[in-house]
Amino acid sequence: MAQLAMVMNLDKCIGCHTCSVTCKQAWTNRAGTEYVWFNNVETRPGLGYPRTYENQQEWQGGWIRKANGRLALRSGGRFKKLLTIFSNPKLPSIQDYYEPWTYDYETLTNSPATDTFPVARPKSLLTGKDMNVEWSANWDDNLGGSREHAARDVLLAGIEDRVRMEFEKTFMFYLPRICEHCLNPSCAASCPSGAIYKRSEDGIVLVDQDRCRGWRMCVSGCPYKKIYFNHKTGKAEKCTFCYPRVEVGLPTVCSETCVGRLRYIGLVLYDADRVLEAATVAEDSDLYEAQRSVFLDPEDPAVQAAAEAAGIPGDWIEAARRSPVYALINRYRVALPLHPEYRTLPMVWYIPPLSPVVDIMRETGHDAEDRGNLFAAIDALRIPVEYLAKLFTAGDVAPVENVLRKLAAMRSYMRDLNLGREGDASIPASVGMSEQDLYEMFRLLALAKYDERYVIPTAHAEQAHALEELATDCPVSSYGGGQTGTLGEGSGKPLPVAVENFRMLQERQTSDQPVEGGRVTGRVNLLSWDGRSAPDGLFPPGAPPRVPRRDGDGPQAARDGREGS
Amino acid sequence: MSLFLWVIFPYLCLAVFVVGHAWRYRYDAFGWTTRSSQLYEDRLLRLGSPLFHFGMLGVVGGHVIGLLIPRSWTDAVGIDEHRYHLGAVIGGLIAGVMALVGLAILVYRRRTVGPVFSATTAMDKVMYLVLTVVITLGMWNTIAGSTLNLGGEYDYREGVSVWYRSFLAFQPDASLMTQAPIGFKLHALAAFALFALWPFTRLVHVFSAPVGYLTRPYIVYRSRDVRPLGTSAARRGWERVGS
Ligand code: SF4
Ligand code: SF4
Repeated sequence: MAQLAMVMNLDKCIGCHTCSVTCKQAWTNRAGTEYVWFNNVETRPGLGYPRTYENQQEWQGGWIRKANGRLALRSGGRFKKLLTIFSNPKLPSIQDYYEPWTYDYETLTNSPATDTFPVARPKSLLTGKDMNVEWSANWDDNLGGSREHAARDVLLAGIEDRVRMEFEKTFMFYLPRICEHCLNPSCAASCPSGAIYKRSEDGIVLVDQDRCRGWRMCVSGCPYKKIYFNHKTGKAEKCTFCYPRVEVGLPTVCSETCVGRLRYIGLVLYDADRVLEAATVAEDSDLYEAQRSVFLDPEDPAVQAAAEAAGIPGDWIEAARRSPVYALINRYRVALPLHPEYRTLPMVWYIPPLSPVVDIMRETGHDAEDRGNLFAAIDALRIPVEYLAKLFTAGDVAPVENVLRKLAAMRSYMRDLNLGREGDASIPASVGMSEQDLYEMFRLLALAKYDERYVIPTAHAEQAHALEELATDCPVSSYGGGQTGTLGEGSGKPLPVAVENFRMLQERQTSDQPVEGGRVTGRVNLLSWDGRSAPDGLFPPGAPPRVPRRDGDGPQAARDGREGS
Repeated sequence: MSLFLWVIFPYLCLAVFVVGHAWRYRYDAFGWTTRSSQLYEDRLLRLGSPLFHFGMLGVVGGHVIGLLIPRSWTDAVGIDEHRYHLGAVIGGLIAGVMALVGLAILVYRRRTVGPVFSATTAMDKVMYLVLTVVITLGMWNTIAGSTLNLGGEYDYREGVSVWYRSFLAFQPDASLMTQAPIGFKLHALAAFALFALWPFTRLVHVFSAPVGYLTRPYIVYRSRDVRPLGTSAARRGWERVGS
C-alpha cells in the first residue's frame, strides 16, 4: 500500500511556531477546539503538550508486546474498554493540556481615565470567569522555567543527575509534532465505534465525524496524544494531514508555511501484510529497523509490478520513486521515527539535530566544521546523544550516532567544496557513503526546491474538490460547528462552507454595519474572530452594536469636518 | 380518559420515539454523541458515571424480565412466586439505588463544576428532570408497593406487565392500567414521556452501544470518500459527468 509520510529536519527548526499558528487558523479555530493544536512545537528537554504525554506508565497509550509474543493495547483489550466506557480511566483532563482563555479587552477601551494603566484580565474560555493563566501549549518554550519543568521531562529519567539545567550548560532543540498517521494506529484500534479509519489510498488516519460517538478511548489510546476531544461537539478530532490539500497535490499547511523549510512530504510504498509482524518484534530497539524493512524499494521492478497489481496508479509509483521521504529514511538513512517503542509504526520521521553538538563545540572554541572534532564530540557528548536515542530509537544510541556522523561528515565535506577546495573523499567514506550520495543528500537537505521537498501525487478519483473549496472544507466546519441547537452544539445540517465563507467575506468587506456570521455562541474565541463581525457574546447583552458614528468627535468626524470646510 | 392515558398517549410517545430516532439519525448524525464532559472534570464523573450507568443497565434488565416475561414462563422453569419476588426486589433495589446515587452525583457535578454547567443545554435539564422523576417513582413502587405493602397488595405481573405486553402486541387493554396503584400509573406515564423526549436528547447514545467492537478487526481501512463534488449537492441538471 502507499502512505503519505513526512520527514522533518530538526536542525533547521527555529521554534517560531508558525506551523502551529497556521494550522490552528486552518483547522482548530472553532469553539470547542480552543485548546487543540494539531501541530505543536515543543522545546526539548521539556514536558511537551499535553504535559508528560510520553509517560506511558501513566497514560497507557500505544501497544505493548505481551509475554506470549502478541501485540496488545497497553490500556487493555476490548472487554476492558467496554467495561470502562462510562468513565475513561486514562483521559488527560483539560488541565493536562491547558485551560484556554481570552482577555477582557473591553476594559482597555471602556476604562475611565485613571492613574494606572487598565489591565485586560484573562477570562477562561470554558467558564467565562476570571482565571490565572498557569500553563499553555508551550509554556516551557525555550527552556523557560527549565529547572522546574524540563527537569521533569520523562526522557530524562535515569540521566537526570548528569543533566545540567543551568541555562548556559544544557542543550536544547525544538520538536514540532503532528499526528504520526501510524501504520498501526492504536487510536483506531481503541475506538469502540470503529469511527477512526486509515485511508487505503494514502494512509491518512481520519475520524469519521458522523460515526464518532464521543467515547474518548482514542484519546487515551494514542501514545502521542495527537487526537483531541472537541468539548463542544462531543467528538474526537485529529490532524487530517490537510487531506483536502494533498488530494490536489498541495503540501499540508504546516509544511507550506514552515519558515525553516524543513518539512518533506512524499509517498512510501509498504507491505501491509508485514505491518503487524514489524510491530511485534521482541526488542524495542529493533523496531526502527523492523519498520524500515516494511518499506518497499520503489526502484525495484518487482515492487513496481506488485504495486500496479494492487491498483496503485502509475503516477503514484512514479511519485514514490521521487519521494524525498523514502530517500531520507531508507537511502541516506538519516531520518528516524519518533518513539518507535510505542509500536504504532509512526509515519512522521525526524532527522535528529546535530546542533546541540555543534553549539557546544563552538562555545568551547573548537572548529565546529571539522570532522574529527565533530566525531569526537558525538562520542564525548553522551547526554544529548542518549536523549535523542530515547526519542528516536527506543534508547539505542548506535543509529543516532550514525545519523549524527553523517550530518557531521556532510558539514565538513561541504565546507571544503564551498571554499573551492577539492572534496575530501575520505570523509563520505568514513560514514559509508559515496561522494555522490553525500552531495545529493546535501542537496536534498539544504537546497531542495518546493517541488523536490513535496512530491505529492494528486488523488485519483476525478471527483477532486472544487478549487474554491480548497483548504476550507473540513469534516467538522462543514457542520457549522459552534451553532447551538436544541440538540446540543454543532448539531444540524451541514453548511456548505465555501458558500458561507464567500458570502460572509463579501458581506463583511462591503458593509458598514457589523454583519451576522462568524457566530460563535456564548463566548468569543478571539483567535477565530476576524475583527469585522460582532459575534454574540462579544459585547455584553443589551449594548447597542458599535457602528462607527459619522457625527460627533473622533478622527472620522475630524476628517469629515475638514473636507466640508 | 383512560383510553387517552393508556392507549393514545403511549402510542403517540412510541411513534415519536421511533420516528424521532429515524429523523435524528438522518438529519443529525453529527450530533449523535454522548456529549461527554469528562475533559472538564474527572473525579466526580469517575464515581457517578459508572454507578449510574451500571445501575441503569440493571434497571433495564429488571424491566425486561418483569414486563416482558409472563408469569407462566417463570413458573414453567420452576421459579416460585416468593423467590421471584425476592430476586426482583433485591435486584431492583440495588440497581435503583446505584442509579439514583449516580444520578445525584452527576447532577451535583453538573451544577457545581463551572465548565460542565456552562456546557449544559436546556434539553439536558429537561431530560435530567424527567429521568429523575421516572427513577424516583420506580423506586417508590419497589419500596412502597412491594416491600412495605403500602396501599394494599398489587401484583404488577398480573396488571401492568400484561397491559404492557398487550400494548406491544397492538391490542392494548386499558382497563388493566386503570386498576393499578397511582405510583405505577405515574411511573408508566413519566416513562412514556421520557421515551418521547429520548430522540431529542443525548440519550440517543444508548443506541450506539459499541458491541461490534468485540468482533471487528482493530484497524479499520477505508477508501477515500466518494462524496459528490463540493459540500452541497449538485443542482438537478448540473451533475458532473464522468465521476
Ligand atoms: S499518532 Fe495519529 S495515527 Fe498514530 S495513534 Fe496517534 S492519532 Fe492515531
Ligand atoms: S514553522 Fe518550521 S521552523 Fe517554525 S516552528 Fe514550525 S517547524 Fe519549526
